[in-house]
Amino acid sequence: MNQSIQLEETELESFAALNAAKDVSRWRRRGWTILIRILSLLLCVSFWQVASTYHWNLGIRFEFVPTPTEVFHSVAEMVQSPKFVSNVRSSLFRIFAGFFIAAVLGIGLGLLVGRFKLAGNILMPPLEVLRPIPAVAWIPLAILMFATAEESMVYITFIGAFFPILLATIHGVESLDPRYLYASQTLGAGPRDIFREVLLPGAMPSIITGLSIGMGTSWFSLVTAEMISGQFGVGYYTWEAYTLQNYPDIVLGMITIGVLGMGSSYLIKKTGYWLMPWFRPGGKT
Amino acid sequence: MADAVVSSGRKNMSFGDFDDKLTGAIRIQKASISFGQGKNAVEAVQKIELDIKPGEFVSLLGPSGCGKSTLIGAIGGFTPLTSGQIGVDGESVKKPGPDRGVVFQQHTLFPWKTVIANVEFGLKMRGVSKNERREKAREILVHVGLEEFLHHYPDQLSGGMQQRVSLARVLVNRPRVLLMDEPFSALDAQTRLQVQGMLLNLWHEFRMTVVFVTHDIDEAVYLSDRVVVITRRPGRIKAQVPVELERPRVPRLLTSPDFMKLKRECMDLLLEETGATLGSLRTAELPKQQNEELVAI
Repeated sequence: MNQSIQLEETELESFAALNAAKDVSRWRRRGWTILIRILSLLLCVSFWQVASTYHWNLGIRFEFVPTPTEVFHSVAEMVQSPKFVSNVRSSLFRIFAGFFIAAVLGIGLGLLVGRFKLAGNILMPPLEVLRPIPAVAWIPLAILMFATAEESMVYITFIGAFFPILLATIHGVESLDPRYLYASQTLGAGPRDIFREVLLPGAMPSIITGLSIGMGTSWFSLVTAEMISGQFGVGYYTWEAYTLQNYPDIVLGMITIGVLGMGSSYLIKKTGYWLMPWFRPGGKT
Repeated sequence: MADAVVSSGRKNMSFGDFDDKLTGAIRIQKASISFGQGKNAVEAVQKIELDIKPGEFVSLLGPSGCGKSTLIGAIGGFTPLTSGQIGVDGESVKKPGPDRGVVFQQHTLFPWKTVIANVEFGLKMRGVSKNERREKAREILVHVGLEEFLHHYPDQLSGGMQQRVSLARVLVNRPRVLLMDEPFSALDAQTRLQVQGMLLNLWHEFRMTVVFVTHDIDEAVYLSDRVVVITRRPGRIKAQVPVELERPRVPRLLTSPDFMKLKRECMDLLLEETGATLGSLRTAELPKQQNEELVAI
């Protein structure tokens, strides 16, 4: 009997040891993954550093590419520069204005078109004609159409965001189970109630998708518009850096655009979660 | 078991002030419904004539695709008739309304609203104040045994619970007519028996007319005052079987001789309809004698 207890004990110990070993190996593996990823990043940056320091020419000419250290220095300067901050601010304002108008119109018209055939027949033909025209192609005409460059850039931003939002909203309404409509009607919902209580929340997951795609395209459109016709803004800043041969600032502008784009997508995603507490799989409020 | 769930909130409940006169009489006259146009037109139901008394529990029983759900949609007012007429208490049905509540098969609770917000919906549409509708919705949810799930979302509930919420959402409007389109067909047998019991209690209490669509013979006989058997498409009324079993109906009834007899009758009628397409199940192959030990098919 003693023997058997001992045997159990050793068995338990070996189990524990086995589990511990598993844990260790799991951590070790995770550590490796992180390490490899960091190394990969570092490798790319050092390649960039070396290539631009020694002016390599590999088909791609690194002669004029600023080095990471130069970029880093300009980041440090930029934080103190009021010019940079005001550029960021004017871009953010344009995005906010253009995107906001696009969201209101895109969601509103999308709900109407998705719900009523007639609204679709009236609104969609002209919109379908305009849709394949990239926002960037609007730039010359937009300059002519609006009194100020500011307005034309807001318009370009709007065009960039509008179509993805519109189409996603229409899709969201059309793919809604018609039984939600029947159910709401048998519960006494009138036409307005249906929009507010059924169509809008029902299409919301799709609308949020449209908004985040629209956010991406509106940044794209805005940066282009600022480079071509702008005064101020991060796109303008980046292009100005090129014309003034202030090369580190080009990369700084690029990074800023990336960060701003990422931040605004993140905001959309968060807003989506906030608007749709029911939508998280298995989530509770 | 089912009784216990319902009776928990029963004594302190009053859904009172019913009129002495029962309402919810349904008259269906020569109702036909077709879908599509021209050559592709499909006739779903054909010249249905049916009178349903106020407070009656009627089941529409028929093979799948026979148009019985279409008929429910027509009474509900969201499927237009091609010809004929449907009236509720002498009023012609033109559009959906809260006097005719509908419970669908599944997944028609608004997933973006919590349980209590779903139940409140009808009251909100009528402009009832926030506090009052909250209170009423809560009462009825207690009634169906869901007071612990008021702030859950539908997706967090089981199928049976979802159907109980669906029932509560409709009943809070105090409909004259309750239309149910295979409401329990997605539930497992135990749960189904439980919600069936709950439905019978609620029906008794709310004294409304129920039109219940099902393809389950047991369910039709167990619940109804009358079973209306519908033919294959285009759906016509094949026969009507009055069910004069005593109430309240309890699960034990399911194995009683009287029940079996009625079930057989319905089954024979139904098999005449489906027999032609189901080679393996022909009337001739069923035992001729009434078999009291036959419990379920």
